[in-house]
Order: sequence, then C-alpha cells, then structure tokens
Amino acid sequence: MPKVLDNVQIGPQNWKMLVRVPKLVEKARPGQFVIIRVNEAGERVPMSIGGLDRENGVLTVIYQVVGKTSALMTTIPAGGEILDCVGPLGLPTHVKKWGTAIVVGGGIGIAPIYPIAQAWKAAGNKLYTIIGARSQNILFYENEHKAIADKFYACTDDGSYGHHGFVSDILKQILDSGEKVGMIMAIGPVIMMKVVANLTKPYGVPTWVSLNPLMVDGTGMCGGCRVAVGDTTKFACVDGPDFDGHLVDFDLLTKRLNAYKEQEKNSFHRFLESPGCKLADSVKTLVK
Amino acid sequence: MADQKLDKKDRMKIPRTSMPEQDPKERIHNFSEVPRGLEIEMAVTEASRCLSCAKAPCVSGCPVEVDIPGFISLVVERDFAGAARKIKETNSLPAICGRVCPQEEQCEVVCILAKKFKPVAIGYLERFVADFERENKLTQIPEMAPASGFRVAVVGSGPAGLTVAGDLIKLGHKVTIFEALHKTGGVLVYGIPEFRLPKKIVQAECDYMARLGVEFQPSTVIGKSDTIDELFEMGYDAVFIGTGAGLPNFMGIPGENLIGIYSSNEYLTRSNLMRAFDFPNYDTPIIVGKNVAVLGGGNTAMDSVRTSLRLGAENAYIVYRRSEAEMPARAEEIHHAQQEGVQFHMLTTPIRFIGDAEGKVIAMECVKMQLGEPDDSGRRRPVVIEGSNFTMEVDLVVVAIGNSSNPLIPQTTPGLDINRWGNIIVNAETMQTSREGVYAGGDIVTGGATVILAAGAGKKAAKAIHQYLLTKKDSLVKG
Ligand SMILES: Cc1cc2nc3c(=O)[nH]c(=O)nc-3n(C[C@H](O)[C@H](O)[C@H](O)COP(=O)(O)OP(=O)(O)OC[C@H]3O[C@@H](n4cnc5c(N)ncnc54)[C@H](O)[C@@H]3O)c2cc1C
Ligand SMILES: Cc1cc2nc3c(=O)[nH]c(=O)nc-3n(C[C@H](O)[C@H](O)[C@H](O)COP(=O)(O)OP(=O)(O)OC[C@H]3O[C@@H](n4cnc5c(N)ncnc54)[C@H](O)[C@@H]3O)c2cc1C
Ligand code: SF4
Ligand code: SF4
Ligand code: FES
Repeated sequence: MPKVLDNVQIGPQNWKMLVRVPKLVEKARPGQFVIIRVNEAGERVPMSIGGLDRENGVLTVIYQVVGKTSALMTTIPAGGEILDCVGPLGLPTHVKKWGTAIVVGGGIGIAPIYPIAQAWKAAGNKLYTIIGARSQNILFYENEHKAIADKFYACTDDGSYGHHGFVSDILKQILDSGEKVGMIMAIGPVIMMKVVANLTKPYGVPTWVSLNPLMVDGTGMCGGCRVAVGDTTKFACVDGPDFDGHLVDFDLLTKRLNAYKEQEKNSFHRFLESPGCKLADSVKTLVK
Repeated sequence: MADQKLDKKDRMKIPRTSMPEQDPKERIHNFSEVPRGLEIEMAVTEASRCLSCAKAPCVSGCPVEVDIPGFISLVVERDFAGAARKIKETNSLPAICGRVCPQEEQCEVVCILAKKFKPVAIGYLERFVADFERENKLTQIPEMAPASGFRVAVVGSGPAGLTVAGDLIKLGHKVTIFEALHKTGGVLVYGIPEFRLPKKIVQAECDYMARLGVEFQPSTVIGKSDTIDELFEMGYDAVFIGTGAGLPNFMGIPGENLIGIYSSNEYLTRSNLMRAFDFPNYDTPIIVGKNVAVLGGGNTAMDSVRTSLRLGAENAYIVYRRSEAEMPARAEEIHHAQQEGVQFHMLTTPIRFIGDAEGKVIAMECVKMQLGEPDDSGRRRPVVIEGSNFTMEVDLVVVAIGNSSNPLIPQTTPGLDINRWGNIIVNAETMQTSREGVYAGGDIVTGGATVILAAGAGKKAAKAIHQYLLTKKDSLVKG
C-alpha cells in the first residue's frame, strides 16, 4: 500500500499530501491524474497530479475537503498508508513551444497547473502565470509559481491580496495589450474555466481546460465521466482530462457534478454522527 | 433414492430436478443469490437421469468439451469432489460456469434427453459439485511442474486471464496478473450482480490462484503504468491480453448525457464493485429510480433491471427494439426478471431523452418498431412505425446495448493488429497476436461473448504460450 510521507493543512480547506509511488511518478506526466482509495468501503477519488518528485518517487496531491472521502484523507498521518493509488491516468497536457504561453490556476487548480507550467517553461515558452482564489489565505504555491514565471499575477476575489478581482481580468489585460499569446491553459472551478474560455474565444487564442467530472473506474469502462465537447461526447478519463475550452459544454458539466449532492451530504452527516468519526472539529465544519 | 442399476427407461422417467429458488417477492428486496443450489440427494437423482451416452452430444455442445458423462457418473457415485476435478480438467471455473453459462443453448440443448424429455440439468450439477468441493475445503493443490524460470504477464483478471494464469502456473511458469481495477475477476466482479454470482465465489477462485503462486497486481493499468513492450523489458517472456470488452456503447440520441442516464457498466459497477447497493455503509452513491427503463435485451440488461428492482424501483422496464424471441439474454434470466415483475416493452426504442432544469432525466420519447427483413445477424431488422411516438415517464435509464473494445492497449502497442471493431486479431488455434510472444483471448478478441468462451480461449492460449516458452528454451540452450 502506498505510503503517505506527509499530509499537512495548507489553507482553510486545503491539504497537501505526499505519497510515495515511485513507479507511478516515473511514468506520470503533467496534466494526468490518479485515483485514490483510502478505505475498503470508500469511493475511488480522482486527484490531479500536483507535483512530481522523480528523484524520490513522491507524488504531491493537493486536495480540498468537500465531502466524506476528502475529509477522511485529512485523518491519515504522515507515515500512514492509503489503500491504493492507480495511475497515471488520462492523457498528458500538450507540451510545445508556442512562444508566449499562459497558465491560469483558480482555487485548487493552482496545484495541477504548476507541473504544467514547469513543463511549458522547460519547453522554452515565455511563461505568464495567473493564479487566483477567494482570499489570500487560500492561495498556495505562490513562491513555486513565481520562481518559474516570466510574469506572475495573483488575484483574490475579496482583494485581500494581489489584484482585487478575477483571474480573467488579468488575462483580458494581457490579451488586450496586443501581445501574441500562443496557448492558454486554465484549471480551476468550472465557472472559472468557462469564463476564461468565453473570454479568449473572440481573441482566437487556443485555450485548454482540465475537466473534473465524476468518475468511477478512470479507464474508459463506465462512461460516467462523459462530457460534451463540440458535437461529440468524450470520456474525460481517457480522452482527457484536457479539452479545447472553446468547445466544452460547461453547463452540462456543472449539472452532472451535482448528480449526487443530496446523497453525498447525507452520507457525510451520517459519518459525522457515527461514533468512530475521528475528524478534527475544524474539518467537520468545512463541509456544510 | 438414486440407484445405479436403473435401466435406461427408468432413468428417462425421472423428472428433471428443479432448482430451489428464493421467492420472487422476497428476493426483490435483497441481493442474495436467487437459485439456492441443489441438495445432495437432488443432485444424485438428477445425475442418475444421465444415460452416459457413448457419443455424448452434450460434450460437443460445451465450448470447452467438459467430460459431462464422466463427471455426472462421479456424482452418481457420490464422489462429488472427484466430479469437480473432472470438470476442471477442461474448465477451471465450474462454480462460475455452472451458474452463468447459457446451458440451454450449449451443453443442455443437445442432450439426448432434450428431444423427448427435459435435458439433464448439467449446469445445476456443475454448480453443485464445484460448490461442494469449495465448501467442504476439498480443493486440492494440483501437482506443480518444477519452476521453468520463465515469467508470463497476464493483463486483465477476467475469466480469460484467470484461466491462463491457472494453467501456466501449474506448468511451472511464474505468472503475474495485472488488473486495472482494485479487485480481480473482471466482469465477474464488476458486472454480474451478487444475486446471480456471489462475489465470494469469484474471490475463492482468485484466492486459489494466489495459493498456487499467481501474483496479483491490482490497480495497475497496462498501457499507462507499463506498456506491453515495457513488460518484456521488465523480463516477462510472454504476455497474455485478456482485457475484455470494456467500452460502453451509447445510443447517440439527444439528451443522453442527462443525469440519471447510466451505461450498464457504470450502473452495475457502482452497485457491484463499489457496493453502492449498500450505500451509505459504502460511500459510492447510486441513483435509485422510481421508474427505471433499461435499454437492451441481453444479460447485461436483465442484470441491470433486476438490480434496479432490488434498489427500490417501483416500475422497472425492459425496452427492447426487437421482440422477445430475439432477446440475447439467457432464458433463465428473462424468466427470473418476469417473475420479479419487470415490465417488458418489446419492439420499442427511445429516440430522445427529456430533462428538467437541473439536467435530470424525467421522460423518454419512444417509437414502436416492427420486424422487417433479416439483417446481417440473421435476425429480422426492426423498422420504425411512423407516427407511433409516445412518451414514457422515467427517472433512471440504463443503456445496456453492448460494449466495444477498449483501445488503450492497441494504442500503446505498436505492431498489434486489430480489426475494424478494435478487437485484437489472433490465430484461432494458438491465440497468438501479430506480435511474437503476445497472446490474447476473451472479449477483447471476440467482442462481448461468454464466460466459458473466454475461459476456453484462455486454455488454448496457455497451451500455446507453454509451447512457445519451450521452443524459446530450446533456442536458448542451443543459442
Ligand atoms: C480528473 C480529476 C482531477 C481532480 N483533481 C483534484 C485535485 O487535485 N484536488 C481536489 O481536491 N479534487 C480534485 N478532483 C475532485 C475530487 O475528485 C473530488 O473533490 C472528490 O472526489 C470529492 O470526494 P468527497 O467524498 O470528499 O466528496 P463527495 O461527497 O463525493 O462530494 C461532495 C461535493 O463535491 C463536489 N464534487 C464531487 N466530485 C467532484 C469532482 N470530480 N469535481 C468537482 N467537484 C466535485 C460535488 O459538488 C459534491 O456534491 C478531481 C477530479 C477529477 C475528475
Ligand atoms: C452484466 C454482464 C452480464 C453477463 N452475463 C453473462 C452470463 O450470464 N453468462 C456468460 O457466459 N457471460 C456473461 N457475460 C459476458 C462475460 O462476462 C464476458 O464474456 C467475460 O467476462 C469476458 O471475459 P474476459 O476475461 O475476456 O474479460 P473481462 O471479464 O471483461 O475482464 C477483463 C479485465 O481486464 C481488465 N483490464 C482492462 N483493460 C486493462 C488494462 N489496460 N490493464 C489492466 N487490466 C485491464 C478489466 O478491468 C477487467 O477486469 C456478461 C457480461 C456482462 C457485462
Ligand atoms: S462449462 Fe458451461 S457449457 Fe460446458 S458443460 Fe459446463 S455449463 Fe455446460
Ligand atoms: S447427452 Fe445428456 S444423457 Fe447423454 S451423456 Fe450428455 S448429459 Fe448424459
Ligand atoms: S470514469 Fe469510467 S469511463 Fe471515465
């Protein structure tokens, strides 16, 4: 079973887990994801690759507590184990020299965009990085991003840090400046990816997004992860998770993500009230 | 009761034993197995119906030619474990095949008795002896050949892969099974429901393989973790691909991505593999429909519709575009579904799904069909009756219209030939693919077929792989 080397809180709702999975790390490429199981009765939860330490075979996963499984993950101590971690799954993000390339990370998406930024930078691109979150205390990876970006911007919705407003504001400024941008990649909440894709479309700049529909197997077997892209239905776990943002039906994705909202809420509350619940009080309050 | 000295006429007079089953009214509220299995005396009586025909036609009806009169006569002699071993000479999964083989169109349909009476219940007996052997812990570790020094990688742990592994380990080769999911057994664990094939039986088969020394590597997706070529680089001398037909087909009609429309693979995987039927004790949720429509007429459709009843559906429909006679599902499954109150809408097909503001399916527009001229499959082609449109209220739809083959391995294996449906092309005798040392069998070669055909393909492949390794050894020695 994969060993958890570290598992620390990095924001009000976000944790960083380091898992030793040498084989997986050796094969993994930026943009791919893994599926984790933490206990026998648990779900299979997909998590993006938030960092790859190839020397030590360590995978970084940045996760947000939103429900039972992610809450349970917080209880695994450094030195503990998870049941399994399968991957790398999905197709890697395209890496090429486009000239100027922009990565946009929102919320938890700040993590998976980082290995992509590294790869794009290494491929010789002029790298602009825009990250954003609701508030300063939710931002993370700022130094990491800063260290490799040719231009770096941080935004907060509440203005507590950096630009007061959305990542799309900054992106618009760059596009309006007339600078030729070869490629944009945006990862974050569905609404953010939608706004970014809508913004860039009239400028004709290729814009890719990484989709996170509900998944079960992650191997193309169930079709639960289907997303509409242009006129076709794609399975995000094998055809993606990256897709052309100008073609994605984001509204459908949003709806499908809510398919089990009620059940998940009930399951979580039942878990909170169960005698064996080892969640810290601070974690219990995270999921409304 | 059963007397070995019965003459032929007496034997023929014994009525076919019927299988004790859970009452339909009760069983639609649980996931326990429906047929309970024969009692010892029932089995012996049933076995005594067999005429031990010299040219046993039943044997040629079985895709792997189980020595049917041979094992049945052992049942008459009450050597049940011996009977199980007899079957295992050609079929390593009798507890499973006894339950899920379409006997009515394979071994039993050609039984001599079927002409005038009912055929010998070969499947019931096969199940009985296999269960007897397992439950009484009489499973023997077979004689193992000395270690050959060769290593074989098996990709996929369905019936094909398990059979290859079981046969090759006995021949002295080291075998590793790589499985994408976290549990081994393929469709036997993620597809076929508990009420038809208890998971502990599949687990027992996998445990048995492990006792023989087969190494399992679950949660490993070949083509992603390692490619077939990398398996060779890692020191495997041969590879068997038994990855099944795991790519669900959809109808391709408007509204198909609404919430509440599942592929049968997703629906059954949530319920079986992830045990969503036991939500919230298990964390994976599943939509419990009130009015459930399952599209299709195969085993997968029957499994889905019967699952929906057990999860609490008030109305469970099978919607099939041909008529009952063309339904590919096993007769027994159709019968079970009928008993449980499934409503059959034959000669009907949906043309569009209708959703609400939240994107949930609420209805389905259908048309009626009539049967026209025979098509490629020899079955009469269903043709739409113009103007027959009507709407069905549904809140859950399961699309069970078959699977295509998963492209992951062909995409990552240069030189591996596939046909236009994406199935791997093999030599029918040896199951060898276009790549040296790479063999394939089961649904990935045939498209969705049966457990016993997959297991049979595994047997053939194991034989050929063994031969291949021997030749390799010779050339190494001479080399
Ligand atoms: C390819 C991919 C990569 C992902 N990468 C990350 C990652 O790096 N970090 C991270 O924290 N999460 C990531 N997710 C989302 C993560 O898988 C879900 O948040 C997790 O499964 C929730 O499990 P839970 O039991 O805690 O919550 P649940 O009880 O299952 O869900 C609670 C609520 O969270 C929301 N939710 C559930 N699943 C998803 C999802 N797939 N995407 C968005 N919202 C969801 C739903 O609104 C749901 O009602 C990724 C998902 C995919 C498909
Ligand atoms: C719901 C349902 C009901 C059925 N009912 C019956 C029945 O009653 N009687 C009958 O005879 N047949 C039935 N069948 C058909 C039968 O189950 C299949 O024909 C049989 O299981 C095929 O066996 P297989 O070994 O080829 O593949 P599978 O059983 O499909 O197993 C393939 C395995 O390979 C794994 N895999 C795939 N890709 C990879 C990869 N890249 N790396 C690692 N692992 C991988 C999969 O996860 C899977 O576990 C049914 C099928 C279904 C879906
Ligand atoms: S394996 Fe299947 S077809 Fe063959 S004898 Fe057994 S039940 Fe009949
Ligand atoms: S054909 Fe029927 S009666 Fe004859 S050996 Fe086979 S099972 Fe027995
Ligand atoms: S998660 Fe099942 S097909 Fe993508």
